[in-house]
Amino acid sequence: MQSDTAEKNEATAAATQTQGAAPQRDKTKGEVLLDVQHLSKSFVAATSFFGKPTSFVQAVDDVSFQIHRGEAFGLVGESGCGKTTIGKMLVGLLKPTSGRIIFEGQDVTDLDPKERRKYCRDIQLIFQDPYASLNPRMTVSQIVSEPIITNNILPADQVDARVDELLDRVGIRPELKNRYPHEFSGGQRQRVGIARALAVNPKLIVCDEPVSALDVSIQAQVLNLLEDLRDDMGLTYLFIAHGLNVVKHISDRVGVMYLGKLMEIAPKNELYHNPLCPYTQALLSAIPSPDPHLSRKRIILKGDVPSPIDPPAGCRFASRCFAKVGACEVEHPDLVEVLPNHWCACHRYANVKPEDITKLARQIQYEAARPTYGMGGSDANADPISSDPDTPAEAKAKGEVLPKSK
Amino acid sequence: MAEATADTVKPTAEKGESIWDDVWYSLSHNVTAMVSLGFIALVALLAILSAIFPQILPYDPYAQDLSQSFAAPSAAHWFGCDQQGRDIFSRVIVGGQVSLTVGLLSVSISLVVGVTLGAIAGYKGGKVDTVIMRCMDVLLAVPSILLAITFMAALGKGIDKAVVAIGLVSIPEYARIVRSQILSVKENDYVSAARVIGDSDAKIIFRHVLPNVAPSIIVRATLGISSAILDAAALGFLGLGVQPPQAEWGDMLGRGRNYIFQAPHAMIYPGLAITLTVLAFNLLGDGIRDAVDPKSRRR
Repeated sequence: MQSDTAEKNEATAAATQTQGAAPQRDKTKGEVLLDVQHLSKSFVAATSFFGKPTSFVQAVDDVSFQIHRGEAFGLVGESGCGKTTIGKMLVGLLKPTSGRIIFEGQDVTDLDPKERRKYCRDIQLIFQDPYASLNPRMTVSQIVSEPIITNNILPADQVDARVDELLDRVGIRPELKNRYPHEFSGGQRQRVGIARALAVNPKLIVCDEPVSALDVSIQAQVLNLLEDLRDDMGLTYLFIAHGLNVVKHISDRVGVMYLGKLMEIAPKNELYHNPLCPYTQALLSAIPSPDPHLSRKRIILKGDVPSPIDPPAGCRFASRCFAKVGACEVEHPDLVEVLPNHWCACHRYANVKPEDITKLARQIQYEAARPTYGMGGSDANADPISSDPDTPAEAKAKGEVLPKSK
Repeated sequence: MAEATADTVKPTAEKGESIWDDVWYSLSHNVTAMVSLGFIALVALLAILSAIFPQILPYDPYAQDLSQSFAAPSAAHWFGCDQQGRDIFSRVIVGGQVSLTVGLLSVSISLVVGVTLGAIAGYKGGKVDTVIMRCMDVLLAVPSILLAITFMAALGKGIDKAVVAIGLVSIPEYARIVRSQILSVKENDYVSAARVIGDSDAKIIFRHVLPNVAPSIIVRATLGISSAILDAAALGFLGLGVQPPQAEWGDMLGRGRNYIFQAPHAMIYPGLAITLTVLAFNLLGDGIRDAVDPKSRRR
């Protein structure tokens, strides 16, 4: 009975929270929950004989972004671009080399262990690999109750009821709580991981590729669960992924990373319909299409990602960019707001009038796109961006205005 | 027994049942482990009883009867007699007192110290790791018997000192095993998860890391009991550990070896006592390892 009322209270609290932030699902203009300022992290790559570091891997380089309360912020980029490092710094598993992390207006970058504990509760992490993230020697009930007990969230006699409630919430029958992780499937294990993260009533959850280890049918279930949880509990997500389709499903805004730098930040539909940074354009054109009749053009990148040990002096992407100009090899462009709410780090858009930017972006894309083999032939889709996130009608229903295309 | 089986049809569904009930359930259904446990209990019981009530022994283990020197096993002397005509059966039973104590105590010493040092070194890393492991390397560089002799020279003679010396010299082995295992276990996401939740280092080590290192520690510790018994015999041979005429398996084995062709039984029976005890500890260790691992636990 007691837990029932507690649940209701919590639900109402969560409801008021979301109401204030997002009356019509426009989560881009709420209160700033997390403010990341000029965050950098470098790892020592080699040391001299006496242990003095001689070279560094610049994993994250001067990254700034904000996440609003109730929002799902997607972070995409290829392997090794620093997405996970950012996530680990936010939850305190890694210490930033420089920069600040400001959570709810408080600087949490250098907290002493005692204060950190309180902040620990507010930011939780969901791991990529559900097979490695659960201790094989603890039962599910022990795994989920541990954060509650460690942080003294509930008196001992209420912990059991809370564990049942959490497991029920993520879709695991509470009868199974005395089983061990190896008795569950990958999707169920990931649900247990989610329940553990929820156990401390966090405000922000960093999802570090939470579905990339699951097969596609299970991916959808887990993503839907995460969406439901956000709506019900007023959660905010930082959603790290390398699959654009996954990010498209869950995010409100998306940031694109390349080699430790943020290249572009925009609301989801804006980014998918109107990618500005050439890297984003190439990334989007790489989304496979399930329709074999759809012949399309793709932007094919040449070469490899440069080594992060000695990143190029200019734009990080310049060595593979199909649209580079002289300035690109000299200096990395700043991330600037080239269109309203649409930030991009690219020299090509410097000194271009806002109304011409979309046109220029299209032009860059079409010049680089090459036809690929499909069965379509004559009615080949000229648009290299084959993936359609939302139809214009759908986007309109959500209160977004799509940029004019074609 | 029937009641127990009925209760444990769904051992995990019962509320309030501790993990140790599950472990015991699995262990008690492992025939090999239970036979081993029975054998160890028998040897230990005989050793304890013979210490309290020496009259249960068929002969006084220290009484010499030179007319029976090297007597072959017979109905009167089940395991035969040794050089001085002492009854080997009585001596094997009494020898268990010293051998089991030496084996268990010295392994406990190296287990506690070695696991603690290895866990700290492996988990903390960096300078702490370097300091601890270089000290262990220094200990490993010297042959263990030589090192034990050095310790005994400092501590003095006696079986109690031998236990400490043997315990100390095998610390590095445990520390190395634990450290290397922890280096791999601590990279698992569930350790990161515990840190994100806000667990203290001690809690992470004891709750998340060490239980996953346990299998290799259990196997090493059960093997360690045999080498501790043999090391104690070697020290006794050098006049540092067990002093004659004290009955002790390793010592009896060493002395019997001189007469292997004339009277093999003087060596065979103490040897069998060591072998079977060690085998029993190993098999029991295997059973415990399986029982504490949720994946291989019997249900």
